[in-house]
Amino acid sequence: MSGTKANSASFVRDTMLSEQDPPITERGVVKWARENLFSGPLNTFLTIIGAVAIYIILKGLAPWLLHSVWNANSAAECREIIAAAYGEGAHGACWGVVRERWAQFLYGFYPSEHYWRVNLTFILLFVALAPILFANLPRKMLWFSVIYPAVALLLLWGGSVWVPVAALAGFALGWLAYRFALPVTGSLAATVAAVLVPIIWWLFFAGWFAGLAHGILPLGMEQVPSSKFGGFLLSLTIGVTGIAFSLPLGVVLALGRQSDMFLVKTLSVGFIEFIRGVPLITLLFTASLLLNYFLPPGTNFDIILRVIIMVTLFSAAYIAEVVRGGLAALPRGQYEAADALGLDYWKAQQLIIMPQALKISIPGIVSSFIGLFKDTTLVIFVGLLDPLKGITDAIRGSFEWKGIYWEPFLFPALIFFLICFGMSRYSMYLENKLKRDHR
Amino acid sequence: MAIVADAPKAGFRLSMLIYDTRYRSLTIQVIVMILFMGGVAWLVDNAIQNLQTLGKDFNFGFLWNRAGYDINQRLVEYSNDSTHARALLIGLLNTLLVAFLGCVAATIIGVFAGVLRLSKNWLVGRIMTVYVEVVRNVPLLLWILLTYAALTEALPPLADFRGDNPTSTMVLNNSMAFTNQYTVMPEPLFSRSLGNIDIGIFLISVDLLAIIAVIVGSVLANRAIKAHATRVQEATGDRPVTWWKSLMVTTLPLLALLLALGFHLGYPELGRFNFSGGTEISNSLMALWLALAIYTGAYIAEIVRAGIMAISHGQSEAAFALGLRPGRTMNLVVLPQALRVIIPPLISQYLNLTKNSSLAIAVGYMDLRGTLGGITLNQTGRELECMMLLMLIYLAISLGISAIMNVYNNSVKLKER
Repeated sequence: MSGTKANSASFVRDTMLSEQDPPITERGVVKWARENLFSGPLNTFLTIIGAVAIYIILKGLAPWLLHSVWNANSAAECREIIAAAYGEGAHGACWGVVRERWAQFLYGFYPSEHYWRVNLTFILLFVALAPILFANLPRKMLWFSVIYPAVALLLLWGGSVWVPVAALAGFALGWLAYRFALPVTGSLAATVAAVLVPIIWWLFFAGWFAGLAHGILPLGMEQVPSSKFGGFLLSLTIGVTGIAFSLPLGVVLALGRQSDMFLVKTLSVGFIEFIRGVPLITLLFTASLLLNYFLPPGTNFDIILRVIIMVTLFSAAYIAEVVRGGLAALPRGQYEAADALGLDYWKAQQLIIMPQALKISIPGIVSSFIGLFKDTTLVIFVGLLDPLKGITDAIRGSFEWKGIYWEPFLFPALIFFLICFGMSRYSMYLENKLKRDHR
Repeated sequence: MAIVADAPKAGFRLSMLIYDTRYRSLTIQVIVMILFMGGVAWLVDNAIQNLQTLGKDFNFGFLWNRAGYDINQRLVEYSNDSTHARALLIGLLNTLLVAFLGCVAATIIGVFAGVLRLSKNWLVGRIMTVYVEVVRNVPLLLWILLTYAALTEALPPLADFRGDNPTSTMVLNNSMAFTNQYTVMPEPLFSRSLGNIDIGIFLISVDLLAIIAVIVGSVLANRAIKAHATRVQEATGDRPVTWWKSLMVTTLPLLALLLALGFHLGYPELGRFNFSGGTEISNSLMALWLALAIYTGAYIAEIVRAGIMAISHGQSEAAFALGLRPGRTMNLVVLPQALRVIIPPLISQYLNLTKNSSLAIAVGYMDLRGTLGGITLNQTGRELECMMLLMLIYLAISLGISAIMNVYNNSVKLKER
C-alpha cells in the first residue's frame, strides 16, 4: 500500500509464466514407477525379484503355450505336429485332448444321447437359482425353485415321473395337514401333524402310490445308473445339493449350540466338534464302507446319495461355526429388543436375529460353500469319477493319450477356478449390497 | 368330581409342559433325549445284527497280528514282520511329520505373502494377489497331484546320475541329489554316540535328547541374561551390553556338545542300485509337503493381511508420533495387536492342514489313512474297528492341537478388566 504502481519496478514480472509440464520424473509412467516400484532400496529389490520370478515362469510356460496344438487326435499326432512346426525337441501344449475328451470331463460316462437332460438340468438350475440370488426378480419364480430338486432328480437319474411326484406330494400333504388341523387343534398339534403326515406318507404310501400311478400312466425316462455319473456333472450334483441342504442344517446346529437347553447344546457341540475334528475323507469312507453296518440288514442305497449326505453334514458343521460367529457378533441389545417387543423365540430369530447374523456371516458361509465344492473332488477315493483325478486318470490310461501330463489337469483346474472365483465375487457383491452402515 | 377338585390344587396341567416356558425346555429336552437314545439304540442294534450275519466280532485283537506289508517312508524301525499296531504308529508319525513340516512351511509362506500383498510395491502386490486367488480357488487335490507330477516328471531318474558321462549331478558339493523317486540329503552322524534308550515302543537317540536339553538350557540362560539386563536398566537407566553374552550362551554349549559327540555329516553315495548313506525323502512326502504348504500358505496370507489391516491406522500413527522407527512400530505396536486377530484363524488353518494331510493317499504317502485306514483295513477286513480308531486318532490330534493353541491364545489375549 505504498502507492507504487505495478510496473514501477522493472524487475517485477507483470505477466504470468506459461504453464509448464511437470519434470519428467514427476509425471506419467516414470512417476508411477518411481512411486510404486522403486520407492526405496527394499522396494527396488522386491521389484527385481518379482520381475525375475515372472520372467522365469514365462520363459518356461510361454513356448509351451505358444506351441499349443488343438487339432490332434492322439498324443503321438500332437508331438508330430509340434515337431513339424517348431522343430525337433520343441515342447508344446496338446489341447487336442481337451477338444476330443471335453464331454468326458463334463459328463463322465453319462450316455451321450442323453446329454440334453444334463444340459437342461444345468440351464434350469440358473432359472431356479435366479430368484434366490437376485431379489429384484418376481417372487412367483420361487415356486419353480421349490420343485426344481424333483425335476433335476427326474432328469438326471431318469425313471418314473411318479417317484419325484410322490416325494413332492409329501410336502404338499404336510402343508394341507397343517392348514386343516390349525383351526381344529391349535398350532402345536398342527405342527406335529405337518411333520408326521409327510413322514408316514413317505414311509408307507409313497412307494405304493408311485407304483400304482406308474401302472396306470407309465410316464418316465430311461434310467441312468449312478455309476455313469462323472466329471463336473458329478461335482455339481454333489456340490449344489450339499450347498442347498448344508445351510439350513448349519443354521439349526448353530442355534442348537447357542441354546439354553443343556441337552440340545451338548448334542450340537458334540456333533460339530466331531465332524470338524475328522477329515472329510474318513467320513466318505464311512459312507462307503460302514453305512451298511448301521442300516437294517439288506438295505442299500445309492453311493452318490451317501456321499451327498456326508458332504452335507461335513459342511453343515463348518457353517454352524460361521453362523455362531455371526450370532455372537450381534450386540446383546438386539436380543433384548426382540424380547421387549414380545416376540417369541422363532419370530425373534426370523425377523431380527437371523437377517443380521447371516449378513455378518456371508463371507464365511460362501467360503464354506467354496470349500465344499472343492472337496467334491475327494469322491475319487470312494470310487466315483471326479473331474480331477478320476477322469484324468481314465484319459491318461487310454492308448491315444498316454504320456499327456499337464493338460488334463489344467482344464478342470480352470473350470474349478472360474466357478469358485465367481462364487467369491458374488459374495463380495452381496456384502456390498447388504451393507447398511455408512462407514 | 375328583378331577375338578384336583386340577386347581395341583396348579399343574399337562398342557403347561408345552405352553409354560418353565417346563417347555424340559419337555423338549426329554423328547430330544428319547429320539437320540432311540436313534443310537437303532444304529447299535443294526450293527450287532449285521456283524452277526457277516460272522464278524468286534475286537481290536487284530492289531497285534503280523502286518506283512512294507512302508517305504518311516521314522522308526519297521519291517513287514511288525504288527498292525506298529504300522499304525508309523502312519501316525508320518501324518504328524508332514503336518508339522507343512505347518512350518505354510506359516513362512503365508506371512511373507500376506505382508507382501500389503506392500506398496505394485508388482509384488499383484503377484501375491494372483498367488492367493489362484491357489485358493482350485482344489487341494490338484495341487498335490501337480506337485507330484512335477517332481516325478521334471526331476532326472536315478540312471542319469550313473556312468562316465552322467547327465545329472549332485548339487551342493555332492551332498544332495534330487531324483524322480526321492531326494537324498546328508544325515547327521555321531562318532562318539551316546546310544539309544528303548522306551518300549521305539528307540530314542540320547544324542538328540542331549542336544534338545542343551538348546533349552541355552535359551533359558539367554532369557536370564536379558531379564538381568532389564533389571539393571530399570535400576540405573543404562542397559548393559548383552549381545556377546547372548551369542556365547546360545552357541558355545551346543558347539561343545557337538564336538564331544563327534558330529559329522554322512554324505550319500551312489551305489549299484540306489544312493546309500544320507537321509532319503520320498517324493510323495515332498509333494504332499509342498502342496499343503502352498495351499495353506494362501489361506494364512489372507489371515495375516486381515490381521494387519484390522489394526487401525491410528495405532501406527501414534507410534510414529512417539518417535518409534518403522521396525519398532511393527514389533512393539502393530504385531502384538495383530497377533490377537491372527492366532484363532491360524489355529484352524493348522487343523485343516493336518486333516488335509489325509489326502496323502493320492500320492501314495503312507500316513495314518494309508496304513490303518488303507492296507490294514483291506487285509483284515475290519472296517468298523479301523475306521473308528482312525476317526478317534484324528479327533484326538485335532482336539490336542486346538487345546494347545487355545492356551497360547489365552496368554496373548487382551486382558480386560
